[in-house]
Amino acid sequence: MLAALGLNSLEDLVAHLPPEVLLRRPLDLPPGKSEYEISGWFRARAEENASAYACFLGAGAYRHYRPVLVDVIASRGEFLTSYTPYQAEISQGTLTAIFEFQTMICQLTGMEVANASMYDGSTAAAEAALMAARITRRRGIVAARTLHPEYREVIRTYARFAQMPVTESAYEPASGNLDLADLEARVGEDTAAVLVQSPNFFGVVEDVRAAAEIAHRRGALLVVVFTEAVSLGLLAPPADADIVAGELQSFAIPPSYGGPYAGVIATREQHIRQIPGRLVGETRDTRGRRAYCLTLATREQHIRREKATSNICTNQALVALMATVFMTVYGKEGLRHLAEQNLAKAHYLARRVSRRFSGPFFNEFVAVCPRAPEAINQTLLEKGVIGGLPLGRFYPELDGCMLLCATEMSRREHMDLVAEALAS
Amino acid sequence: MNGKARTHVSQNEPLLFEISSPGKRAWQLPPLDVPPADPAEVLGRDRVRAEIAGFPEVSEVEALRHFTRLASWNYAIDLGMYPLGSCTMKYNPRINEAVANLEGLLWAHPYQPESLAQGCLEIMAALEAALAEITGMDAVTLQPAAGAHGELTGLFLIRALLESRGNPRRKVLVPDSAHGTNPASVTMAGYVAENVPSCERGMMELATLERMVTEDVAALMVTNPNTLGVFEQEITRIAELLHERGALLYMDGANMNALAGIARPGDFGVDVLHLNLHKTFSTPHGGGGPGSGPVAVKRIFEPFLPVPRLVRRDNRWALDYDRPQSIGRVRAFYGNFGVMVRALAYIMAHGGEGLRKATLDAVLNAAYVRKRLEPYYEPATTAPTLHECVFSDARQARHGVRTGDIAKRLIDYGFHPYTVSFPLIVRGALMIEPTETESKLELDLFVEAMIRIAREAEEDPELVRTAPHHTRTSRVDEAAAARRPVVRWRPQPGCP
Amino acid sequence: MSTYPENYLYTKEHEWILIENDTGTVGITYHAQKELGDIVFVDLPKPGTVVERGKPLGSVESVKAVSDIYAPVSGEVIAVNEALATAPEKLNQDPHGTAWLVKLRLRDPAEAGQLLSASDYRAYLGVEG
Repeated sequence: MLAALGLNSLEDLVAHLPPEVLLRRPLDLPPGKSEYEISGWFRARAEENASAYACFLGAGAYRHYRPVLVDVIASRGEFLTSYTPYQAEISQGTLTAIFEFQTMICQLTGMEVANASMYDGSTAAAEAALMAARITRRRGIVAARTLHPEYREVIRTYARFAQMPVTESAYEPASGNLDLADLEARVGEDTAAVLVQSPNFFGVVEDVRAAAEIAHRRGALLVVVFTEAVSLGLLAPPADADIVAGELQSFAIPPSYGGPYAGVIATREQHIRQIPGRLVGETRDTRGRRAYCLTLATREQHIRREKATSNICTNQALVALMATVFMTVYGKEGLRHLAEQNLAKAHYLARRVSRRFSGPFFNEFVAVCPRAPEAINQTLLEKGVIGGLPLGRFYPELDGCMLLCATEMSRREHMDLVAEALAS
Repeated sequence: MNGKARTHVSQNEPLLFEISSPGKRAWQLPPLDVPPADPAEVLGRDRVRAEIAGFPEVSEVEALRHFTRLASWNYAIDLGMYPLGSCTMKYNPRINEAVANLEGLLWAHPYQPESLAQGCLEIMAALEAALAEITGMDAVTLQPAAGAHGELTGLFLIRALLESRGNPRRKVLVPDSAHGTNPASVTMAGYVAENVPSCERGMMELATLERMVTEDVAALMVTNPNTLGVFEQEITRIAELLHERGALLYMDGANMNALAGIARPGDFGVDVLHLNLHKTFSTPHGGGGPGSGPVAVKRIFEPFLPVPRLVRRDNRWALDYDRPQSIGRVRAFYGNFGVMVRALAYIMAHGGEGLRKATLDAVLNAAYVRKRLEPYYEPATTAPTLHECVFSDARQARHGVRTGDIAKRLIDYGFHPYTVSFPLIVRGALMIEPTETESKLELDLFVEAMIRIAREAEEDPELVRTAPHHTRTSRVDEAAAARRPVVRWRPQPGCP
Repeated sequence: MSTYPENYLYTKEHEWILIENDTGTVGITYHAQKELGDIVFVDLPKPGTVVERGKPLGSVESVKAVSDIYAPVSGEVIAVNEALATAPEKLNQDPHGTAWLVKLRLRDPAEAGQLLSASDYRAYLGVEG
């Protein structure tokens, strides 16, 4: 090939670069390794992590069983190694799966339109707030303090640079629910979005309708955020929301130390042109057969550039496919049974400990610790159990409390160990 | 048809919702080992939903066949060359998948104690160090989830630094050849994007920038090599000009596959840059994600990087949240960790020498394609190019055949199309990036297909204009989809 | 090839306007819709909006492009062509007729003096007829 180009060496290919930019030494990296060595190195790293521990952490990343079919399908080269489906004729597999994904998200959330995925729940929430600002032509954001603390941090970062003021509304100290009177007082004439998470960060199920009434009375939009998607199998969908922004990690997406996950934004049909990210739509091919393609692309950065609804390009397609397979495997009946098992496990554990809040909860709750949460966790670690998340870091007033999560994977004997540690 | 492709039977498959029937199930759950909780009782009746109307109900084999049939309708890098310019569709080594799926990594919870996450933190630290070395930068954040997210983070950093100096300034300059994400990110960071025209050979000129870099300009966002595959020859002087005037140089690292091991952005004056691990570092595109968009910066930006920062404390890795000047978080947790694992495995497999060799092979492949196609297609620039080459459809347009048509016809020859109609500065652009993955055998099949299409455009333009002809789906009506958007399935009237 | 009505006035941004007394009917030209390709969406202002000559009054979208529509003259929007919301393809079929975009009440009829006649516009496009 060099000969065909009239060149003597590979170096000639870059000889035209300005001499001052060329790197005159080898990169200071270890020499290339074989598959066997690489596998060994990562195996050693994996072993430095917790393995074979029972785990009661939730807080935005949940341990749910991953049906075998999920990886069988998501590891197929045709899904794994294809690009964004811009060329519809040879991408019908991905496009059809995304169309099914969008449909199932609508069915679950009670919304009319869902996008093809966002990076994760936190950025979906931030983008939902920006979307609300475009729709209402207002600037203010009111975020519930019971929204995931890291989600609120992301919203604050996005809002700071978009020059949108953010205020946080309080929770009722007894129930752990949104303090509706406080919310009412904070929503004003310039409020674009009210963001409420349900089940909230404490696991408590919120009154979405009441929040919607408050937001709508002042012309603001209600954004309902979810982090625990399995709850949608049992809880009434947030149909009073204007925008739903969620994290689908619970749907067979591995915890993987925080990512990749898949966020999603769903909304009402009337806001379809303000939704960020990719959308798949139904159409026909020239022979009249049903087909799918990316659509309403004029919202997006590659066409509208500086006027786009968002800068998002790459999303989380493969991860959304995992969620799609998960929803297919569990289906209408299975998802409800799964959610009921989560409910049963968490309530079994909760009955044995002192709960901080009285509000109704799904599979997470806040426990009051008789001694420092870190000390309790240390005791549990010695028994092979990772306990709950100490809350002092995020909520100073809850310094002596931990957030516990039980899922269908939590076993009774481990829950008994947690209850025991929290009793002493 | 010859060469790479011929037709074969593919399976039809309705939507999940159309094959569902009540009571079918693919799920299993073990019996509960605790007493059940009555949802209506513990949650309150009005908080419990009715059944999920329309949700699928299929058996396990139906689910498997459904998605396997769908899979068979996709083209993929595993099937052959995917010459999408700017996208760096290279082979995705499966060792990367294997290590990312190790139990101890896959099931690591982001809040598990740091003492039990040392393996994850070590991986992130190793990747940060490798990316800093490859780019010649001082510090790296792995938090951004994709390239555009990295751009946004980088611009936030620039704004935070300039704010700390007293004036964030107002504008960010973006060349007319840039990816659309650049101006979109500029807007989201609270800046106004201003277009920088390219010269005839497709480069930015110092003289133009001399005029444009005013007191109002916060930064220039450059892609280097640019989207024509051309290295910006005046880049070091451009960087000096910006720095003299108190502005910063941002580099979109989408095209790092042309530079790794050859030249380092940090050495030619770049202040902030993002990488696309799903391009340069071989992590799979997955039909549109996940990606990962680390941002590498010069030392002056370190205090502003997103929290948490990975630090070494008492001989262990720890996460530092006490960073008062930080821009804050851009994403929950620490980024797309699973993608980082794959990228690090790729870097380890190559080593420094291997990365350099991969870059040179990528440039060689692009140079070969350019040389062989130049007699048939109009080159977009006379300048030397690196990892990709761009043509215009000017010669074919005379026969009414446009770049989109040539792209669709390429499908019939068994290839994924190149990038169509981008960069915008080339009318009717064909943007080809073969990557180092392709052998001469595959490249020759591609070149021959392109040459045949050039001939068809002259002899039988209608054949090209109506392609593809051999796919199970023919050209789709994108206008109809956009005019009356149907973005979810609904039951047909009259059916249950 | 299309004919450009003699009683219309044109802009270099490819809008047309038909002025009758103090009212102007605005659309985009045959040339504009042809350049855009299949039009899929039209974004128009609400009646009552005041527009300035040369400033965007809305936009038209094809599958892969967005194009601003500039007000040929200043004035107040008194009607919009609602039919385009559900049938944007009319802009491809009848851009000089039923697919008008908005009607304006002109603020300053003298502004019309700056617009192109049909023959000027044809010359500008470099086409005949």
